[in-house]
Amino acid sequence: MARLPTASSGGPSRRDVLAAGLASLSAGCLPRRDPGLGHIRGEILGPSDGRGHSLRDGGEGLRGRAIAEQERVDVAILGGGVAGLSAAWRLSRAGLDHFRVLELEDELGGTSRPGENHVTTYPWGAHYLPVPSRNLDALCELLRELDILRGFDAGGRALCREETLCRAPQERVFFKGRWYEGLYLRVGASAEDQRQFERFHDEVSRWVKAVSSDGRRAFSLPRAHSAPEVAAELDQLTMATYLDRLGLSSWRLRWYVDYACRDDFGLRATQCSAWAGMHYFAARLLHGDDSPPEVLTWPEGNGYLVRRLAQHVGDESASRRGRLRPRSLVVDVRALPNAGPGADTVEVLYLDLSQDPDPRKAPLCSLRARRAIWALPAFLRRHVLADYRQRPDSVPAWLQQFTYAPWLVANLTLRRAHAAPVAAAPVSVSARGAGFPPCWDNVLIESPSLGYVVATHQREAPIVPRSQGGDGQPRTVWTYYLPLSDGDPKDERARLLKLSWADARDRVLADLGRAEPTVRRDTERIDFFRWGHGMVRPVPGLLTGAALAQAALPRGGVHFAHSDLSGMALFEEAHHAGVRAAEEVLTALDASFEPWA
Amino acid sequence: MPKNAQPLEGVRDSVSPSDADPEQPAGNVRPPADSASALQSESGALPDDAAAPSAAPSYRRRRQMQVPLLFLSVFIIATCGLGYELIAGTVASYLLGDSVTQFSTAIGLYLFALGIGAYLSRFFDREDELTTRFIDIELAVALLGGFAAAILMLTFAHAAWFRPVLYSVIVATGTLVGLEVPLLLRILRRSMEFKELVARVLTVDYVGSLAASLLFPLLLVPRLGLVRTSLLFGLLNAAVGLWGTFLLRDSLRRVVALRLRCLLVLGALLAGFAFADHITSLAEDGLYADDVILSRNSPYQRIVITRGKSSFQLFLNGNLQFSSADEYRYHEALVHPAMLKAQRQQGRAPQRVLILGGGDGLAARELLRYGSIDEITMIDLDPVMTELARTFPLLKEQNNASLSSTKVHVHNADAMQWLEEHARKRDPRRWDVAVIDFPDPSSFAVGKLYTTHFYRLLRGALAPGGTAVVQSTSPLFARRSFWCIVRTLEEGGFFAYPYHAFVPSFGEWGYVLAVPRPTGLAAAGQTQPLLDFPSASLPPGLRYIDDAMLRALFVLSPDMRRPTREAGEASDDSELVPNRLNNQILVSYYEREWKRWN
Ligand SMILES: Cc1cc2nc3c(=O)[nH]c(=O)nc-3n(C[C@H](O)[C@H](O)[C@H](O)COP(=O)(O)OP(=O)(O)OC[C@H]3O[C@@H](n4cnc5c(N)ncnc54)[C@H](O)[C@@H]3O)c2cc1C
Repeated sequence: MARLPTASSGGPSRRDVLAAGLASLSAGCLPRRDPGLGHIRGEILGPSDGRGHSLRDGGEGLRGRAIAEQERVDVAILGGGVAGLSAAWRLSRAGLDHFRVLELEDELGGTSRPGENHVTTYPWGAHYLPVPSRNLDALCELLRELDILRGFDAGGRALCREETLCRAPQERVFFKGRWYEGLYLRVGASAEDQRQFERFHDEVSRWVKAVSSDGRRAFSLPRAHSAPEVAAELDQLTMATYLDRLGLSSWRLRWYVDYACRDDFGLRATQCSAWAGMHYFAARLLHGDDSPPEVLTWPEGNGYLVRRLAQHVGDESASRRGRLRPRSLVVDVRALPNAGPGADTVEVLYLDLSQDPDPRKAPLCSLRARRAIWALPAFLRRHVLADYRQRPDSVPAWLQQFTYAPWLVANLTLRRAHAAPVAAAPVSVSARGAGFPPCWDNVLIESPSLGYVVATHQREAPIVPRSQGGDGQPRTVWTYYLPLSDGDPKDERARLLKLSWADARDRVLADLGRAEPTVRRDTERIDFFRWGHGMVRPVPGLLTGAALAQAALPRGGVHFAHSDLSGMALFEEAHHAGVRAAEEVLTALDASFEPWA
Repeated sequence: MPKNAQPLEGVRDSVSPSDADPEQPAGNVRPPADSASALQSESGALPDDAAAPSAAPSYRRRRQMQVPLLFLSVFIIATCGLGYELIAGTVASYLLGDSVTQFSTAIGLYLFALGIGAYLSRFFDREDELTTRFIDIELAVALLGGFAAAILMLTFAHAAWFRPVLYSVIVATGTLVGLEVPLLLRILRRSMEFKELVARVLTVDYVGSLAASLLFPLLLVPRLGLVRTSLLFGLLNAAVGLWGTFLLRDSLRRVVALRLRCLLVLGALLAGFAFADHITSLAEDGLYADDVILSRNSPYQRIVITRGKSSFQLFLNGNLQFSSADEYRYHEALVHPAMLKAQRQQGRAPQRVLILGGGDGLAARELLRYGSIDEITMIDLDPVMTELARTFPLLKEQNNASLSSTKVHVHNADAMQWLEEHARKRDPRRWDVAVIDFPDPSSFAVGKLYTTHFYRLLRGALAPGGTAVVQSTSPLFARRSFWCIVRTLEEGGFFAYPYHAFVPSFGEWGYVLAVPRPTGLAAAGQTQPLLDFPSASLPPGLRYIDDAMLRALFVLSPDMRRPTREAGEASDDSELVPNRLNNQILVSYYEREWKRWN
């Protein structure tokens, strides 16, 4: 402990982080290729950039071919991420089942997509959902339907089934050779650090209580329920500047806040809007209840919710004729000439990749619908909406405000249990070794990554004994998250897409290796997802400006639903957006329903 | 020792240098004077002889010294010989239990093998090769006897092979040792009158045996452990061999090759001595008070069995699970109250019992005392543990081969996941009694088996009127942890009846008897009913529990009772939080409390 620096002598320097061999990808020079890793297999698995990029690069050739099939439905849902599936769920809860969900990937889920191998399921993106409070009506309704939510406590926080809550121990941080409990590094904190931590806490509490004249909270979930005018000035600042103004310089506090910005938004505190940063801390706390909500998690992260949602809304799920249509690349959305009330208003053209995975050869299909729900990221509008494509000058300027942070996600399959049930060292023993025992979320302070999450934390993977063809060895999967937040997102994205599997492997193992010395030996597989447009970036100005409101307005027969409409990539926001758009459609179609959004 | 000088004169010729084998390479044949001085300087035993100008006197002096030194060899050989016998007996009874049978079988067989050796000695008829053969036999004894304990410990891992290997080792060592004395007698006969010789050799032999039988239990085994003790005897035998190449040099052929062999054997034994821990992978020998007789790594835990004077112990990850001396107290207290309570509630004797944990088979042993039981389902995580309990002789003897009973069905699975599956699949099976015997909640991985979630699942697996019992660490040493378990059971939907037993190797130990609380309408205003047991329903043969004791178990002294605010105790019950998956508060209670005692 004596080795720990005091607040003023500074925490991990930029140099420490660079020295770790895994600065941002923009650090340019690659570490020398590691020779000792020949035993590790793996691939870059997704998402299928080729398919998405054909939208931008494929030109009109994609849409020019003859239409092979035609179909009509009440509602066409574009995109099978959380927003699209939530819209479908809302429609079917209102009794409207005549819809299609068109999703370009082989699997539903988008950035909350689950993965699976012989060991366990695991996340490729979103891995947790904080227990909601009562005001998230639709989400609470969904969780009740999935038999996760059992009721509410006096403060209005949902009571969820114990086994769905993240198990203890939840988080630890690695700093200078040891693991410590929790995310904020308390050990070695000076009195001044402590004072600043409390000062920050008070600031959060102040915002938890702040309400507008009509009683809306300054920070609420969904974002659309907040009163942005109350804290509008925060959206003019970055989180870093805001902390400066508060006089908060304690490195450990600043690291903690920076970590929060990177974790939730893929941004550094120096880039992130202070409004978004404070939203992270304040929006989920309830009046008079200081404790942050527990989190819901599953081995496959929010992919669990995706699968359950798909079960609840699908019919012959994933069949080519079913309601849910993976491998369907939407290439065109156009308004139909007005043919009177009740008529179809939109035509959606998509390539049926289930017949031919090559977008240049796949058959072009037409789906006409009374309404369409756009559950795709906003940046695609330019490439897909027919009028924008045909008249590029008509693309509104506010659309440029939607920028996206690239992320690299790795799933490592390791030959050892994270916590073999009985063998896990007693707490007291491990406390003398490398520090606090393994947790669900294992965060590295001196690293640009967020560390790793353990898929077998909620449910140990069974050990297959030799007698059943296994090798009797315990295994686990770690999901490693790296937001590429240092440079301009376009450049970072270009580098990410160029990153080879071997380079990515070396970087990840070098980073983890400092905290987990045996990771190189124990890793059997390492697979990657490169999320070029992982998360919308809530930079100053986006959240209280006009862009979000503009982007959410229906155009022709198209209603918009995607988490980026809130400026914050969160499950709650994606769900809310889907439900809201579905309710707009229900209203437009004169269906009777009780609004939740 | 001057007494020896006299008879020596008479027989000097028989071992004169002229006996040297004519086939011996020329380089090894040295004139007597040379050889004498060489020996002196090598052995360093006769410093004043170096000055002697004449070969003859010094030669005589050497012969005089040789006999006492040879008797020293006899002494050592005798010590080692008895040592091997003790090792065989000890290992056999350590590993197979039932010490009287094992010891007498091992010793009988060993003595018999000595006889075989003695008989075989007559086939060594080339007198000129006797000494060479003798040294070879020393080396063979050194190797086989030296590594005997290590070999036996290692083969023990494969239980099926153990007995054949054990008896082969005993017979082979015995035969070799049996050859030693007859050959020595024949070697020494050349320098001594027969009656003198027999008297002395046998005297020294028996004195050596006494030395061995005293040193073995008092000094060697406690200090070195069995494996190293055995290696030490081997080293002594090999040293005798090497030393013999000097003492009996004149009658030896190919001395250099022989010495090389001696050095090789010594080296092997020394290496074995240095790496004894690795050989047997019993690196934790030093951690345990007694000898480690088995240690295994399973994917889940390190299983160690140690053996003391009159009992053996099972450790998981270094934590004592039971001692054979007093586990009956622990297991009787664990099993019988729940069985009787279930009988009282259901109005019939329990038939189906679920054991969660308990892979040692001891709880199953207690349950099998009841004729009424027709099925026991055991869920234990570790296949290595349950396999040992089924086949490892000591454990099998202790649990009365309970895991081989046709009534017992063992599934190796995580108990929580198994219960979750049971609930998910709507498995219709229900159990009258559930016995929960997990290790203490010292880590998060075990702590999850003491949560409200777990107890809710457990409740779903019980038949109407069923009863569960949970081993719950010590109410005295870890009072808060104990009451946290009670609190958690209550939160999980049970009426909880805490009780305790005194188990000397653990101290005061705690359990909770748990009966599902009625839900729904029936639950309104329900208070916990008083505990009562049917009388005269205990099975025969119990040593700790009888009808009176059954009731006494539920009386807790004030220092173990539920902490109350009134009593102003630090660990106030109002603050006792139930242990949940997402807080695992029990693990921190437990850690804090036991730290005070360690
Ligand atoms: C690495 C990472 C970690 C995250 N972790 C969390 C977390 O822990 N908790 C949390 O709440 N949120 C997390 N998020 C945010 C996550 O994005 C949201 O929770 C949510 O999944 C967003 O859903 P969505 O439906 O709005 O968007 P998306 O997931 O982007 O869904 C859009 C869908 O449209 C599809 N699509 C795109 N183009 C086309 C086309 N032309 N035709 C057809 N389909 C198309 C995509 O394949 C995708 O399935 C994380 C995000 C990332 C990238």
